[in-house]
Amino acid sequence: MELALAVLVTIVTAATPLLLAATGELVVERSGVLNLGVEGMMVMGAVGGFLAAYLSGNPFLGMLAGVLFGMGMALLFGFLSLTLATNQYATGLALTIIGLGLASLIGEPFVGRAGIRPPHLDIPGLSDIPFVGPLLFGRDPFFYISLALVAGVVWFLFYTKPGLTLRAVGDNHQSAHALGIKVLRYRYLAVLFGGACAGLAGAQLSLVYTPQWSENMTAGRGWIALALVVFASWRPMRVLVGAYLFGAVSIGQLHAQALGIPIPSQALTALPYAATIVVLVIISQNRRLTMINTPASLGKSFVPDR
Amino acid sequence: MTPTGPDMLLSLRGLSKSFGTFKANDAVDLDIRPGEIHALLGENGAGKSTFVKMLYGALQPDAGEIAWRGTPVAIPSPAHARQLGIGMVFQHFSLFEALTVAENVAVALPGDIPLRKIASDLEQVSRAYGLPLRANARVYDLSVGQRQRIEIVRCLLQEPDLVIMDEPTSVLTPQECEDLFGVLRKLASEGKAILYISHKLEEVRALCERATILRHGKVVGSCIPRDETAGSIARMMVGADIHEVRHARAEIDRSAPLLSVNGLSLPPRDTFATALKRISFDLYPGEIAGIAGIAGNGQSELFDVLSGEETVARADTVSLLGEPVGTRDIAARRAMGAVFISEERLGHATVPTLALSENVFLTRHSVNPGLRRGQLLDRAAARRELDRITETMDVRKSAPDPAAQSLSGGNLQKFIVGREVLDAPKVIVVNQPTWGVDAGSAASIRQTLIDLAAGGAAVLVISQDLDELFEIADTLAAIAEGHLSPFVPASQTDRNAIGLKMSGVAGEEHRAS
Amino acid sequence: MIRIELHRRSSPSATLRLLSPVIGLALAVITGAIMFSLMGKNPATALYIYFIEPLTEAWSVHELLIKAAPLILMGAGLSICYLSNNWNIGAEGQFIMGALAGSIFPVLFTDFQNPLVLPLMIGFAMVGGALWAGIPALLKARFNTNEILVSLMLVYIAERVLDYLVRGPWRNPGGMNFPESVRFHDFARMPEILPADGRANIGIIIAIVVAVALWFMLSRTLKGFEIRVLGTSPRAGRFAGFSSRGMVFFSFLIAGACAGLAGIIEVAGASAQLRPIISPGYGFTAIIVAFLGRLNPLGAILAGFILALTYLGGEAAQISLQVSDKVSRVFQGALLLYILAADTLVHYRIRIAARPRADKPDVPRQTSEKGA
Repeated sequence: MELALAVLVTIVTAATPLLLAATGELVVERSGVLNLGVEGMMVMGAVGGFLAAYLSGNPFLGMLAGVLFGMGMALLFGFLSLTLATNQYATGLALTIIGLGLASLIGEPFVGRAGIRPPHLDIPGLSDIPFVGPLLFGRDPFFYISLALVAGVVWFLFYTKPGLTLRAVGDNHQSAHALGIKVLRYRYLAVLFGGACAGLAGAQLSLVYTPQWSENMTAGRGWIALALVVFASWRPMRVLVGAYLFGAVSIGQLHAQALGIPIPSQALTALPYAATIVVLVIISQNRRLTMINTPASLGKSFVPDR
Repeated sequence: MTPTGPDMLLSLRGLSKSFGTFKANDAVDLDIRPGEIHALLGENGAGKSTFVKMLYGALQPDAGEIAWRGTPVAIPSPAHARQLGIGMVFQHFSLFEALTVAENVAVALPGDIPLRKIASDLEQVSRAYGLPLRANARVYDLSVGQRQRIEIVRCLLQEPDLVIMDEPTSVLTPQECEDLFGVLRKLASEGKAILYISHKLEEVRALCERATILRHGKVVGSCIPRDETAGSIARMMVGADIHEVRHARAEIDRSAPLLSVNGLSLPPRDTFATALKRISFDLYPGEIAGIAGIAGNGQSELFDVLSGEETVARADTVSLLGEPVGTRDIAARRAMGAVFISEERLGHATVPTLALSENVFLTRHSVNPGLRRGQLLDRAAARRELDRITETMDVRKSAPDPAAQSLSGGNLQKFIVGREVLDAPKVIVVNQPTWGVDAGSAASIRQTLIDLAAGGAAVLVISQDLDELFEIADTLAAIAEGHLSPFVPASQTDRNAIGLKMSGVAGEEHRAS
Repeated sequence: MIRIELHRRSSPSATLRLLSPVIGLALAVITGAIMFSLMGKNPATALYIYFIEPLTEAWSVHELLIKAAPLILMGAGLSICYLSNNWNIGAEGQFIMGALAGSIFPVLFTDFQNPLVLPLMIGFAMVGGALWAGIPALLKARFNTNEILVSLMLVYIAERVLDYLVRGPWRNPGGMNFPESVRFHDFARMPEILPADGRANIGIIIAIVVAVALWFMLSRTLKGFEIRVLGTSPRAGRFAGFSSRGMVFFSFLIAGACAGLAGIIEVAGASAQLRPIISPGYGFTAIIVAFLGRLNPLGAILAGFILALTYLGGEAAQISLQVSDKVSRVFQGALLLYILAADTLVHYRIRIAARPRADKPDVPRQTSEKGA
């Protein structure tokens, strides 16, 4: 029981950054923009979050800084891919390259310093319920934010007019433009939202998951988040399921190593990446599902006639 | 021109718009009265679309004045146009395929009206005007005609005083056109003005009270269509007489078909495609066969199977010159003397960004041995070939070897047709030969097809344009939802009979048999 | 409030197509100068140390050639991928797998020593890189799986394969437990060009020959035409009788073989053994090489030298100026962003316009009701 609880808690902690980043990217892609720079925004969020918390001693300032660093990177992406209509694929790659570089430059003096964890939100009474209590209550703020975010995105996309408009923009930007919808404005806001989420996800890594800064500490999680969006076929609730599945895979391999299962540790640490490939293959088998759900304008630049 | 006055709903003076050095609209004047159906006539490329985009706020004029009910206004965005009371039904629908009908309407309406209310409103309006629609249907499941209904209903829900309709009948059967005209007359009788954009003269004569004619971006005249003949209006539109095609033709030799399709059935290749259902026909030397149909009924799927872009499991499903080729690819079929002219000029028949001479390679690289030395491309030979095409087909271009995308629709289509037909093909399959092409180019392309048939080639023309088919085809059939009706001699049928087959009605007994 | 408007040119500007990498490079250098000033260094000195000094000494030029070889090879290979619209971002993994496949001979068959070894290593490396690249190609062609994500995931997996081998079965038994393989014997080494001067080996010559060959294929042959057509317009490519599916394999295998070749040139050249990390991110830097070189293999040669210089400059700056060599990675990333931005000028004229305040209509809607 104790072990199961510990495993579940670590799974949730490992899943939360994926959930945050993937939910943000889902909104971006629903608006028709493919931002391959999630990894770069995430790693900037990680270094920004760590530094702000470390220097101020306040983990909440760290969270805020993570969000702002992520949004700063997203703004850069937006300026290029939206205002200047650059190739979204290449721009996202560039964002990842420069994000990884900038983050290691900024964070270099702080490698190995202990980070500041945000407090767990203990709710007297509820946290004491056996098993469920410690799992669902008394967790770190990122956990609650990630769940609220999924719920919020479901509500926004499917129950509000701006959400409908955002989906319309992602489906056909020419039609949207013809109807007078401000395509680029919607896309900018979506891209910034995605950046905030990715930055927050990064901050979770450097404040909660492993409270310290180390180079390239995102270790491909931004890319896995991108894969999760495809896996979820652009449905927020399926992102939730997918993120926890991936959390389970990455924690499973850690526990397998701890138990001394005679498999090379490298094979186990490769597991999340291999699992990503397998999942992508399985999901892409269903072409009808993919075709119907893929935002039709995804990855295409929009430049209005003038 | 009548002077601007308070009795005018809309008055435009000196509206101009340029793209780079190209003057799309040059000092256009127009007046529209409440309750009238006013035609804006012009050829493809005359500047009609630019003009209506300015009226709808999607483009900003460089110069000129717009007065709405006598008051000068600017229309900086479509939302402003709608607020003034200007509604628009687009030629290329501004719909969202992944959304439902109700969502498509909701996204265009101001404010935040609950979807349920929108759904009931739109079903009510659609009933009132005889435009049946289901609010919960997804657009990708709907036919072209149904999609147009969404556009119209969405426009009407905004209670406009002026409805702009851009080429609305190009996607409709003759019967559907009649229904649409009924709706438009009802709207006009309710006091709404309609600006009806078209290049089809007969329907303008039947529907519109006044017409303004646009040529090369300028107003070249106005008239009362009922008092004119189609020929006199056409002269104003084109600025010259259009040559009637010459029917000097050989006898059709029905001994051995050049192209045969035998029991072709094909499941849809993706979610948005149409299935082909038991299609069979034979095409003989000297024959021009026409297939009529509304876009999206299986024409492009059929074209792909005939060209070999899509191969089928059984070789004898498609035969060329008596030889089964269903499993062979497009290059093999070209090598046998067949050529294919596809509907999409840019991105299918040509690569938009490549020079014309490179686009010569696109379809001829393995047919014309002079274009290659081994695996190496002979660019000089391609340029010579381009010169030959340019001369024979009278292609007008801005530079010796410009990118395909820089040519006008008509000139690009002449290049494409020339590229395919100069080496005396035996079988020609062409999809929408003159879609979006100016009248002069269209006439010369049709003449080319007739001359090829007269020389003993077999020509299959797939077209939405019934006038075109009746002008050039010997036999006619219609395709509806992937069914092809039997071919009948063009002289033994008429627009109404073909129109019924296009809507799939007359196909019922054929299907049952 | 001002805004930036793009106006499409009637045809792309050929001048700017050539000029845009120069503009990008200039902006990146300016950014570098600003970065150095922010770190409290004299920007002129810093730029000299970064970009010029490495070129003033022979040994350093040799190092430049060593670093340029893999970048040119992979940049040229990736150009083929990107031109054909296949987004292979896993060259780093293909580099590693190529290096591993090629190292089979010197590591496992240490007694097999003769002039045949090096050609065999090169062949195996190319096949190894190509096979690793073949995985995303197969999955894309067969299942329509996203090649970007798959090729990248395979980088992480390849890194772990390498790590496992050099710490496990391929570790040098006489190597004091260091995670590294045996040193390659002389037959398994890339011959050096001018041993008296420095370490540069024939790798750079191979790289330039391969890049020129790829350029020839691209600009002169039917296959090159096919690549460009399928990349811009897959539907037109199918109409021409070309196979998109075949092109997925072709482009990935070419790029994978180039990366594998780069991998063996690296490990059989300067390092002469396998270690847990054999590439300072060459596979990702090669993406920048491809774009800086205009997706033209000849351009990749020039771009490869420029990016190789940023690695050397980073090292020099670290030694002489005590600034982190991470500056190079920021510089590289900024360079790519600037090139992409400058490319916008090829297709569009940029106009900066005052935003008209027009959120309200100029005239309120008439209240009059229309008749009946």
